[in-house]
Formats: sequence, structure tokens, C-alpha cells
Amino acid sequence: MTTRDTMTRRRAVTPSSTPAGAEGGTTPPSARGTARRAGGGRGADWRKRLEIALLAGPAIAIFLAFVILPVVLAAYYGFFKWKGYGKPTNFVGFENYLTILQDPTFHEALSNNAFIVVMSLVLQGPAAVGLALLLNRRFRGRSLVRVLIFVPYVVSEVIVGTGWSLMLSTAGAVNDFLTRIGLPVWAVDWLSDPKIAIWSLMLIITWKYIGFAVILFLAGLQGIPEELGEAAAIDGAGYWATQRRITLPLLGPTVRIWAFLSIIGSLQLFDLVYIIWGQYVAATAGTSTMATYMVLNGRNAGNYGFGNAVAVLLFLISLVIALTYQRFVLRRDTEGAITEGKAR
Amino acid sequence: MTAVATSPSRATARRSTDNGGALAKAGPMTYVVAYLLVGLCLAPIAYIIIGGFRTNAQITESPSGLPAPWVVSNYVDVLTSSIFWQQVGNSLVAGIATTLGVVVLGVMVSYVIARYRFRGSNAMYSLFAAGLMFPMTVAITPLYILVRDLGLANSLGGIILPQIAFALPTTVIILVPFLRAIPKELEEAAAIDGAGRLGFFFRMVVPLSVPGVVTVGILAFVASWNSYMLPLFILNHESMYTLPLGVQAFASQYSVDTARVLAFTSLSMIPALIFFSLFERRIVGGLTGAVKG
Repeated sequence: MTTRDTMTRRRAVTPSSTPAGAEGGTTPPSARGTARRAGGGRGADWRKRLEIALLAGPAIAIFLAFVILPVVLAAYYGFFKWKGYGKPTNFVGFENYLTILQDPTFHEALSNNAFIVVMSLVLQGPAAVGLALLLNRRFRGRSLVRVLIFVPYVVSEVIVGTGWSLMLSTAGAVNDFLTRIGLPVWAVDWLSDPKIAIWSLMLIITWKYIGFAVILFLAGLQGIPEELGEAAAIDGAGYWATQRRITLPLLGPTVRIWAFLSIIGSLQLFDLVYIIWGQYVAATAGTSTMATYMVLNGRNAGNYGFGNAVAVLLFLISLVIALTYQRFVLRRDTEGAITEGKAR
Repeated sequence: MTAVATSPSRATARRSTDNGGALAKAGPMTYVVAYLLVGLCLAPIAYIIIGGFRTNAQITESPSGLPAPWVVSNYVDVLTSSIFWQQVGNSLVAGIATTLGVVVLGVMVSYVIARYRFRGSNAMYSLFAAGLMFPMTVAITPLYILVRDLGLANSLGGIILPQIAFALPTTVIILVPFLRAIPKELEEAAAIDGAGRLGFFFRMVVPLSVPGVVTVGILAFVASWNSYMLPLFILNHESMYTLPLGVQAFASQYSVDTARVLAFTSLSMIPALIFFSLFERRIVGGLTGAVKG
């Protein structure tokens, strides 16, 4: 979205913005219009620059300092063995990276992340599309239902983690309930059995984030003109044919953006795992992620150089996946944006 | 159930034909699935709230039962403890300061990107848009060192500044189109009346951008209220904890006192729920707008 979008924007804006930029030097005849409108003369130009600096400066400074700089620092620290105090001096080159890439626990975390990425898409996507189609119908209490399914998304990860870990504990409410309704066989160690724990995590993730997908898809559905459905009905298409041939293709862009957000979120997953399984249990329960691996072996172990190297790997993996996705999946959607940009 | 369900669906079907009839009428299945879904979404929340009204003995004996009798002592204990209110206060300070910072800085920079013509305005937009690719998780380890070196470790300032920075990308992406949409004629009229670009900014842009500002403000506040990873790294003393850390600390400290943990947990989610119910339309609208924009 970002690169292509801005490229088109730049292309669309350049013809008009170049003369404005040339104002400071010798004013070419074509730019005189812009200069006059800005107030004319050098004084106005300086004033404009001052305004830009005053208005944009603070935001850019704080953004560069706390978002961009840390990532640059991570790339630097990642080449050192460093306990986090004083200046890093023990340069070790790519040793941290080699250690990470050869560490079976990291492989496990990576494959858990891959599993979470895929299963989030598989579990939430179709279900959310179906629910959005259903909730897009008119029925009594619809707006209340839409609000209530969004509640899990608004409640913080800590509350979700605390609540679910109490409910899913071996002597917890879920197992008690299953025994009561005559399914004691289903009462298992939801959080500690390595075969089951990752599925419990998927259950909690689905519960927490599906409302977000549904709300997005509902917004996407509202952007589809009703006339299309009417036209299809006139042509004799039934409800399902209309949904399959008209609604779903038009919902495509929204679904693809949601999938993008979901993939990035799954790759960065930290809070829920760390809260429910803690720093040590996650690995034995088979739910550790790259982010929990990073925190456990970086900050908690006092190896800041190592932790930063994990951060860099996490960033690179996310970036490659994001760019690949944008290149091959979102391309169709951004092509629309390009034509739109030209029209503008 | 069916009788209840069919009569409103017939009424809505009639209403939908008035509106053009493109939306399918809802059958009983819609009601069953919709309310089942709501039940599944709310059951864990209800478990936390109702569990707070039980005693530990009740919870051990029947983990999935209802309170019998209902006790309020857990809630009273939490509400009369000073640590809870201290953490509520910390969360409020962090949330409000983050929101103010994001709104003020965000409106200023978005105004420049949206309405000033200068070389680099596109680069400025791309800079913030690229920020979406830098999630907190990636930056957290060096960010902690940075904040510590600035002397802000274990202070609310140490979480407020990074939170503002990380909220700016979404803010800029939501506000720029919003500010672009303010008609050029208004600016010209203001110029005729003798207002400079800054005068126009304060007299026209600020009041006109209130709806967009409310959206980004709410998103920033809710994100700050729920934020976990950053406070976990920056704050290390219980008196500085925000509520999410407080809930976790309380849960491990009183791990045998399940009922009290549940009471603490449900009280800590009330502000977010109230806030959400007040501004639900804007939150949902803001999220969808952010994604589409």
C-alpha cells in the first residue's frame, strides 16, 4: 500500500509542486502564479518554511527518535555481545544471528508463528465473511449485536489472558462445564498439554480478534452499491448466487487488507502468549513465538545484543512477507489506486 | 423462539422493501446465529465479572457455577485498596497525555502535509506511512535502552513519548485526507479577511477537524489504556504500574485468591468498556477508515 500509493501520489503531484519548490531561486515564468498566491517575494517564502518547520518539526522529531531510531539502533547493537550497560564494545559480527538461526527453540518459535499466521487466516477469514453477510441482513437488534461482538477486541490483552487462563486451567470453568454437560472426555489440559496448547491459543486469538474482521467486512459490504444486488435479483439470481458472484468479489479488497493486518499481527504476537504462559512455560507448552523468544533471551537474560539481533530478524521476516504480499496480492487493489491517482 | 423470531423478521422485510429491498430479509437462522455469537463473545467477560461476586470456596467447588450467595466483599476490597486507584490514576495520566500529544502533534503535521505545497511533502507522508511497518514489538528492545538512557525509565513520561510516536502514523493517515477535504474557498475567504495561513489554521482548521481528531484521540487513548508490552519494559515499580501491569501483578500475587483476581480484573476493564460504549461508532468508523485510507 505505502510505496505504490505514494509513488502514484508523487507522480500526480509533481507537475504542480516543482514550480513551488523553485520559488526560492530564479522564478520561472510558469511558477509566477504560485509565487504570487503564496504572497510573493522571499519574505513569504521564509515565513512559509518557518511555519512548516514549526508545525511539522515536533511530530517528525518525536517520530524519528522513538520509532525509526530504535530500529536503526537494533541493527547496530545486534552485532555486539552486550549486557546493556555502557557502550557496546565486544563486536562479534554475525555471531548472534548464527546462534539464533541454529537455535532449535527459535525454529520452534518461527514455526509456531507460521502456524498462527495460517490458522488465523483459515479460522477467522471464512467465519468472519459468513458472519458479516449474516449481520448485513436487517433484523431487530442488529446494531446492538454489532457493538457486542466488538467487545472482545476492545478489552485489553491482559484481561483476556487472565480471564481465559483461569477458565482453561485444569480445574477451571471450561472443564467443569464440559463435565457437567456430560462430556468429561473433552476435559483436557488446555494450557499445558503441548499438543493442545497451541489450539487453545488459536481459540483465544479467534475469540479476541474475529470481531475486528467482522466489523471491517461489514464496512466493506456497506460500500457495495445496493443496485448491483437489485440488478442481479431482476436477472433471476438467488441470494447465494448474488453473494458468490457479486458481493464476495467486491469484498475482495477489504478481505485482502484484513489478511495483511492479520498476518503482520500474528508475526508480532507477544502479549497473549506472555501473559497466559509466562516466560518459561511458553516453550514447554509449544506456544512460544519469535517475540517471546526475543524478550526471554534478550532483556530477561540481560543479553541486549542478542535480543536486538532477534528484533532485526523479526523485522526482516515481517518486512519480506509484507512486501511480498503487497507485490503479489495487494497489487490488484493498488492498481485501482493508480488509476484513481491519475484521474486526480 | 420461532414465533418471536418470525414476526420481527416480517416487519423488517417490509421495511427493507421500502428501502429498495436489496438487503436480504433475515430468517430465524439469522437470530439464532447472531445471538449465539453474542453469547460466545460475552461469556468469558461475564465469567470474569460474575466470578468476582463469588467466594473462593464457591469457585473451587463448582468452577462454572453461579454465585450462591452473591458476595460483594471482593469488589469492596479492590475498590478500597489504594494500589488499584493509584494504577487507575497512572493509566489515566498516560492515556490523557498520550491522547493530547497525538492530537496536537498529529493535527499540526497533517495540516502541513495536507495543505502546504513544498518539496518533500510527499516524502513526509511516506515517512509516516512507512511507520506502520515498524511495530512496537520490533523496536521494544532498543527503545527500552533509549528511554533508560534518557533517564525516563520507570516514569510515565517513558511510556507517553513512545506511545505518541507510535500512534502518529495512523493519525497522519486518518487526518491528512480529512484536512485535504476542507474546501479551498474557505482558505481563500480567510485570506481575503486578512488571516494568514496560521490564522486560518487556528480559526478554521482546528474547529473543522474536530470529528477526525476525536477518532484519532479515541484510538490513541484505548491503545494506551490497553498497552502492555511498553509498560512491561519501562515500568518496574508497582506504584508506577498502569492497570494492565497491575492486573498481571495482582493475579500472580494473589494467585490463590481467584475471586479477588476476578474482581480486580473486571473493575479494570470497566473504564475501557464505558469509553467504548460512548464512542463505539467513532472507534469502529476510525478503524475502518484507517484501513481504507
